[in-house]
Amino acid sequence: MLGVLIRRVLGALPVLAIVSLITFGMIHMIPGDPAAAIAGMSATAEQIANIRTDLGLDQPVLDQLWHWYANLAHGDLGRSLLLGIPVMTATLQRLPVTLALSAYALVLTLVLGLGSGIVAALKRNTWIDQAAMVLAMIGISLPNFYLGLLMIILFAVDLGWLPTGGYVPLWQNPIGWLATSTMPAISLALLLAGLLARITRSTMLEVLRQDYIRTANAKGLPRRQVVLKHALANALIPITTVVGIIISLLISGAVVTETLFSIPGIGQLLTQAVLNRDYPMVQGGLLLTTALLVLINIGIDVCYALLDPRIRYDG
Amino acid sequence: MTDEDDRRTHPAWDTPRRLLHHRLFVLGLMLFAIVAIAAILAPWIAPTDPNKLAMRFKFRPPSEEFLFGTDNFGRSLWSRVIWGARLSMLIGSSVVAINAVAGTLIGALAGYFRWLDNGLMRVNDALMAFPAVLLAIAVTAVLGPSIADVIIALGLVYTPRTARIVRASVIVLREMEYVQAAIAAGAGHGRILRRHILPNAMAPLIVQLSFLFAVAVLTEATLSFLGVGAVPPTPTWGNIMAEGRQYISDAPWIIAIPGLALMITVLGLNLLGDGLRDVLDPRLRIQP
Repeated sequence: MLGVLIRRVLGALPVLAIVSLITFGMIHMIPGDPAAAIAGMSATAEQIANIRTDLGLDQPVLDQLWHWYANLAHGDLGRSLLLGIPVMTATLQRLPVTLALSAYALVLTLVLGLGSGIVAALKRNTWIDQAAMVLAMIGISLPNFYLGLLMIILFAVDLGWLPTGGYVPLWQNPIGWLATSTMPAISLALLLAGLLARITRSTMLEVLRQDYIRTANAKGLPRRQVVLKHALANALIPITTVVGIIISLLISGAVVTETLFSIPGIGQLLTQAVLNRDYPMVQGGLLLTTALLVLINIGIDVCYALLDPRIRYDG
Repeated sequence: MTDEDDRRTHPAWDTPRRLLHHRLFVLGLMLFAIVAIAAILAPWIAPTDPNKLAMRFKFRPPSEEFLFGTDNFGRSLWSRVIWGARLSMLIGSSVVAINAVAGTLIGALAGYFRWLDNGLMRVNDALMAFPAVLLAIAVTAVLGPSIADVIIALGLVYTPRTARIVRASVIVLREMEYVQAAIAAGAGHGRILRRHILPNAMAPLIVQLSFLFAVAVLTEATLSFLGVGAVPPTPTWGNIMAEGRQYISDAPWIIAIPGLALMITVLGLNLLGDGLRDVLDPRLRIQP
């Protein structure tokens, strides 16, 4: 168990090193003078020079790279040009909002995706199976912001059941949070639930064909026990790897969903940063989010090893 | 047996025949063809300039005169959506072309030459570790907001994923006996890759590229919708929807119609990809 953890952490280190190098290099990929690009059209020469010194762009690239890593080691990602606060502080302030929304969407994804996938596999080739798979296909093909907009038109504008956007912190007013987060969470979850349902169905069908399922049925175990204990437990192993992809897609999806529903999370923070050419915020936010994803994936791999003893014992 | 029968049962016709018997593939092909043909015929079927302002016609709902209605500047949504299809197809096919060339090259090199594998795949893994949309946004922030920059950004974001798929096939094929036989017969690396390995790695690549087309169109629309893609008034579907957001309660068609076009495109390509996978790559088949 510990072996899996250590191996995965060691494997993630070079990836994180390259991720941070790419993030560092971003500002140097700006065509022309980065300082002038950040300052904008109407900036004076003095303002441009100030920005250049502030960001250290006047120093040799290797010195800049050294400072980048030295600061990273101290958890210092620089200062947001737009907000005037450290990038780390800004990100940590917004992170819980995105995590709460993502967790809500993930719960919906798991319930809808696993549920419909399992039912479709058990009722294979019936109208229930076909309906579930048609819905899953539509879910996969429905752009999340389009679904969000359609829900706003129906539930907020026409019916007036839910607010069109805005945000209430979970720990201040759970009911309000539920009201403002339900549409964004559904618009995020439907695509991923479709994805998960298709994979769950095919994995379950694969497992249900195995000899040990026939044995379990033959010895007269209740259907429920065969499905849950023998089939699902084994189907969950390949499904776990998909959850990592789902979480990555969830964070990507949150960018547009948060902007659409005016939710002050990481996605909205980074979109604002891009629109305002706040490059330190873009770099820091991108790096932190990616690092978090890498950590989550390590966690998933550990769960995978817990579920599947074959991986634990393989050297 | 007549000549015609002979041709139909020829092995080369096997794949197209099986594809045409796959009902969902045919449905997907039809949906995608509607959008692709509209895009190609745009100058003839939507001759009105998509950016032509006509304030006296603003906010007209869909009617006989304005098939898809008009927006807040009185621009014809029929023209904007059709020309938007042209941009979506241009961007999608460009990203697919970049992936087909660069992804195959990187994947083949990494899979075939063991000494290149580690270095190439670490960079590949790092690029794949970023959440896709976030990386695309950051790259367009750096490069700029033109169609060409969006294509480059999407190419950079998705090529590593394609390279990984090609690499996986190449690693398996490299160990095949017929490849070992070719090596023993004295064939060079280039010939082995071109003649023996890559043709057999095509099936998963083609499947990947059809899904990638859908993802590229979708991500481009997302970037435009967020305001970090091609600058308005460029008629991309994402831009049209972003501009329509303000008028969502009075003129919902401004959002509903381009969104529907986007959905038809993505659905068509997803069905196409599913069909191709069922026929070309049966190992990965989602159970019928």
